[in-house]
Amino acid sequence: MSRLAAKFEELGKLGRKALIPFVTAGDPTPDFTLPLMHEMVEAGVDVIELGVPFSDPMADGPVIQRASERALAHKMSLTKTLALAAEFRKTNQQTPVVLMGYLNPIEAMGYEGFANAAQRADIDGVLTVDLPPEEGEHCAALLKEREIDTIFLLAPNSTDERITKMSKLGSGYLYYVSLKGVTGAGHLNAADVENKLKQIKAITALPVGIGFGVKDAETAQIIAGLGDGVVVGSALISKIENNLDDLDRAKSEIIGLLSAMRQAMDN
Amino acid sequence: MTEKYNMPDTRGHFGPYGGMFVAETLIPPIQELNAAYQRYLKDPEFISELDADLQHYVGRPSPLYYAERWSRELGGAQIYLKREDLNHTGSHKINNTVGQALLAKRMGKTRIIAETGAGQHGVATATVAARLGLECVVYMGAVDVARQSLNVYRMKLLGATVVAVESGSKTLKDALNEALRDWVTNVDNTFYIIGTVAGPHPYPAMVRDFQAVIGREAKQQCLDMAGKLPDALVACVGGGSNAIGLFYPFIEDESVRLIGVEAAGDGIASGHHSAPLCAGRPGVLHGNRTYLMADDDGEIIETHSISAGLDYPGVGPEHAWLKDTGRAEYVNITDNEALEGFYALTRMEGIIPALESAHAMAYTMKLAPTMRKDEMIVVNLSGRGDKDMQTMAKREGIEL
Repeated sequence: MSRLAAKFEELGKLGRKALIPFVTAGDPTPDFTLPLMHEMVEAGVDVIELGVPFSDPMADGPVIQRASERALAHKMSLTKTLALAAEFRKTNQQTPVVLMGYLNPIEAMGYEGFANAAQRADIDGVLTVDLPPEEGEHCAALLKEREIDTIFLLAPNSTDERITKMSKLGSGYLYYVSLKGVTGAGHLNAADVENKLKQIKAITALPVGIGFGVKDAETAQIIAGLGDGVVVGSALISKIENNLDDLDRAKSEIIGLLSAMRQAMDN
Repeated sequence: MTEKYNMPDTRGHFGPYGGMFVAETLIPPIQELNAAYQRYLKDPEFISELDADLQHYVGRPSPLYYAERWSRELGGAQIYLKREDLNHTGSHKINNTVGQALLAKRMGKTRIIAETGAGQHGVATATVAARLGLECVVYMGAVDVARQSLNVYRMKLLGATVVAVESGSKTLKDALNEALRDWVTNVDNTFYIIGTVAGPHPYPAMVRDFQAVIGREAKQQCLDMAGKLPDALVACVGGGSNAIGLFYPFIEDESVRLIGVEAAGDGIASGHHSAPLCAGRPGVLHGNRTYLMADDDGEIIETHSISAGLDYPGVGPEHAWLKDTGRAEYVNITDNEALEGFYALTRMEGIIPALESAHAMAYTMKLAPTMRKDEMIVVNLSGRGDKDMQTMAKREGIEL
């Protein structure tokens, strides 16, 4: 069983929902991310989505765009992100790590080369924003051979047919994009999310993580009641951006927000 | 392979290139667009409305002009110019925006968005949006807003909102990123008019089909004027829409050389250029697989060209395919060479070309003398140079 499947099974038994933070690897500096990952685990997160910086993050709002720019300014890359994940794994064998990014860095490395490197780094899942199932079967198969899950996005306008397709090809969990828009966009509508989740859950047995628009503990609590996991990204990265002159403070604000979310979700 | 050319396949692939590499939220609108495009492409009513617009609004057919003096001066092949600069709004871009706007209207979309580099596509989009009474937002890199201020003013006059994009390299690729972000946010009422043969399927094929009127006319005009097909076609390539529009109807005519001219900027060796076909590598950007300017890590490299319309790190996937199969040749012209082409056409023929088209002129100056006098070149004069007057005057130290 993959580390992601085991994690969701364990959470299910405990009646808990997964708290899934997204941070961009190497933002604002390459040294910042590794200790942050460990502290996030201590704060009670269940899965870590590690963003691979890309020069042209088309599905991201300004907050995550700037995170990519800061990381790239320090020459962060897919190779270095994998090295970071491998380093994390040396002292943490429990927390699943999912790489989230865009296709071109993987194209540059080559699909097979990437799959091998991800296996060596003991990565658990890969979410490639601009690789829909129509184009992604080959890559998903290479990852599956290496027991790495491929995580697909679902959107408010995804049809039954597409949800079925993602459910078949994807594993680990499905990531529901709660609103039409980019990351960090306006507030999500809980009633809309609830209706869509009913449709999705009727089709798939995979866990569903919900993201885009989760800003605070209150939203996290509401969203936790609708799916199997809550993904929070831009709200965390804003803490980095607002404290670039005091990174200890950035880290403590991130941990503070995640702890508040954890508490609200468990209540 | 060119005997029966029927690219792309049903999922938008030109061999390994093209495709549909977008985030999930964009899949439904792209499928909706593809269905509409497949349907109306065969709809006689749609086609006759499009043809009427091309004739009466755009001013087609555009002339094929025999550049007699310039041909004599260069002493080789006879040079003919396909005068897309004479279209309404001053470039070939309007051929495509008229077509996509008619599609938008039939699909019931009320809001139009576009990206633009030099501003020619933005102007052509704002123009058709004004005519149809549709809201229009144009994304343009902040660098391009500064160097093409005349076109920014034209778009505003036409009622469009021009958004200066401050992210990344602040040029065309970033404008495209921002337009995609807008589209993903407003998919329900918004039609995204992409200006070049890039983007996810069906854009590369659809934009090509709307631009292919250039090549169809040129072919007939060659037969009428010279009684034969040309020996070579020359067109500049940024995203590659004017080039594919000229090339496409000739792909199966193997005797016709197809030559695309990329922007070499400060020179290929300098690294400051916009020539992915000549010096790039395959990858995925903006919804399709094609040749890109990217580094070893797959990050997109900032490009350079004197012409904002060629300043793009990718190129249409069909060009990537035509390059790999050897059907088309891709060459490059530096900023300085393009300027020579600009001045040559202006002074020899009394036609001021756009700086983009000047790249095609500059290559023609190299090519024509190597060919016989009974041979024939058709060069796509894709746009007129009015928009570049400030850039040119500034280079000459003149304040306008």
